Amino acid sequence: MSIRLHVVDRNGEAHDIEASPGGSLMETLREEEWGVAAICGGMCSCATCHVYIAPEWADKVPERQSDESDLLAELQFRQQSSRLSCQVRLTDALNGLSLTLAPEE
Amino acid sequence: MTLMSSDSTNHIYIVGGGHAGGELAFSLRQQGCASPITIVGEESYLPYQRPPLSKAFLKGEVEVPSLYLRQQAAFEKANIGLLLSRRVERIERAAKQLVFDDGREVTYSKLALTTGGRARHMTISQSAQAERARNFHYLRTIDDVLAIRSRLQAGQRLVVVGGGYVGLEVAASAVARDLNVTVLEALPRVLARVTAPEMSAFYEQVHRNAGVDLRTNIEVTGLDFSAEGDVVTGVHCTGGVLIPADLVVVGIGLLPNTELAQAAGLDVDNGIVVDEHAVTSDPDIVAAGDCTSHPSVFCGRRIRLESVPNAVEQARVAAATLAGKPRSYDAVPWFWSDQYDLKLQMTGLSHGYDQVVLRGSMDNKSFAAFYLKDGRLIACDAVNRAQEFMVAKRLVAACKSFDPAVLADETVPLKTLAPAPAAPPPQN
Repeated sequence: MSIRLHVVDRNGEAHDIEASPGGSLMETLREEEWGVAAICGGMCSCATCHVYIAPEWADKVPERQSDESDLLAELQFRQQSSRLSCQVRLTDALNGLSLTLAPEE
Repeated sequence: MTLMSSDSTNHIYIVGGGHAGGELAFSLRQQGCASPITIVGEESYLPYQRPPLSKAFLKGEVEVPSLYLRQQAAFEKANIGLLLSRRVERIERAAKQLVFDDGREVTYSKLALTTGGRARHMTISQSAQAERARNFHYLRTIDDVLAIRSRLQAGQRLVVVGGGYVGLEVAASAVARDLNVTVLEALPRVLARVTAPEMSAFYEQVHRNAGVDLRTNIEVTGLDFSAEGDVVTGVHCTGGVLIPADLVVVGIGLLPNTELAQAAGLDVDNGIVVDEHAVTSDPDIVAAGDCTSHPSVFCGRRIRLESVPNAVEQARVAAATLAGKPRSYDAVPWFWSDQYDLKLQMTGLSHGYDQVVLRGSMDNKSFAAFYLKDGRLIACDAVNRAQEFMVAKRLVAACKSFDPAVLADETVPLKTLAPAPAAPPPQN
């Protein structure tokens, strides 16, 4: 039913958490005390749910749409592996997903 | 929950269960605060996001739990108490006590006021009767929208009073549900207080193209009611106009909830007066969000903002103060509004501008409007231009002059004007 996520927070601390497929990655991450701010609530307007997806998972997460790419393009802490977690829908195929929270801009 | 225990001498109370209140509580925990924390909220819901109320939630695309900032389990895990459906009647500052609506009292060590605001009500003589009617609503809370959306049915005639962001978002949502929509704006143009005439004209055209009967320079003078008196059937306006209605939604602004602070003798002036650390005129009381008047480094004056980014960022500053790690609130304001296929993102405050520069094409629904004052860039409204919005945030924050011709020139990438961002962190 639920899947596991491995998340490194902004202090470098690792967390093993449970998530439900169907929702967005952001919705899971914002439940945590150390989680993302997600100020706009998933409208792809604010880029405050920025994460880095581990390289081995890069081709398993759904591709970026143009509005996500537009926001990411101008982020100070953007990397190759950057994603806005509100735009990543969780599926069973992402069981074990490994990611790191990006610093706040 | 043992929330009424008075044995703890370091209990932090947060009065106001909205976005600022929820964020403040979790931010306290993030900053290592171990004190008992309790949020007191008048509504029955967990702290939630209001922006979707006039959009996805109104359209029925999302349900209540997805509006919550965090689910119940997260509050329990962080040991944050919730006293919901409860009102604080008054603050006894000398005794550091809160008195609840049922007469009970608790003692606080520190207090945070995140009381937000309430919908401004109409002042026509029939407004009291209208507020008892089943099809007349203001829009501020989940309960308001649950009532509205139960009547949001295709073919119904909706009259929206107020052409601000809330009114226009309601209109766009109702069009998506195939209602017949009329928008009434008292001023000569929609969004008059926040944007340039060019932007107003653009949004007016978009709504008219979508089928909205949008009227400006028109005021509501009275209402017709059903024989039983519990349903509004028509809206009378200046010029002798009568508009039949099945549903009326009023979005004419927000009033900050400052009465509690005022009665307690705190400084209040268009909001609860706070300093750059979110501290009120009482050093044991902080305040954050829509209810505060705060010094803006960016604007060089006191401002009161009605926005989620302000609620979140000021709440974090207030939490830092309570956690003994004070820092200054110096964020540049920003806002967003989604209507139809238009993603509008705004940064800065355009008030007082003397020049507007347009980059891109309104016809293609992809452009940015830059607001300048004495040559200095003070604000930007970007429509379907997320990337340029992100650059504009940096440009506006720089508080500098920019050549209007260059801002308008699409052959010059906007980011070549921006101060270089700090070096990225090492690859993880």
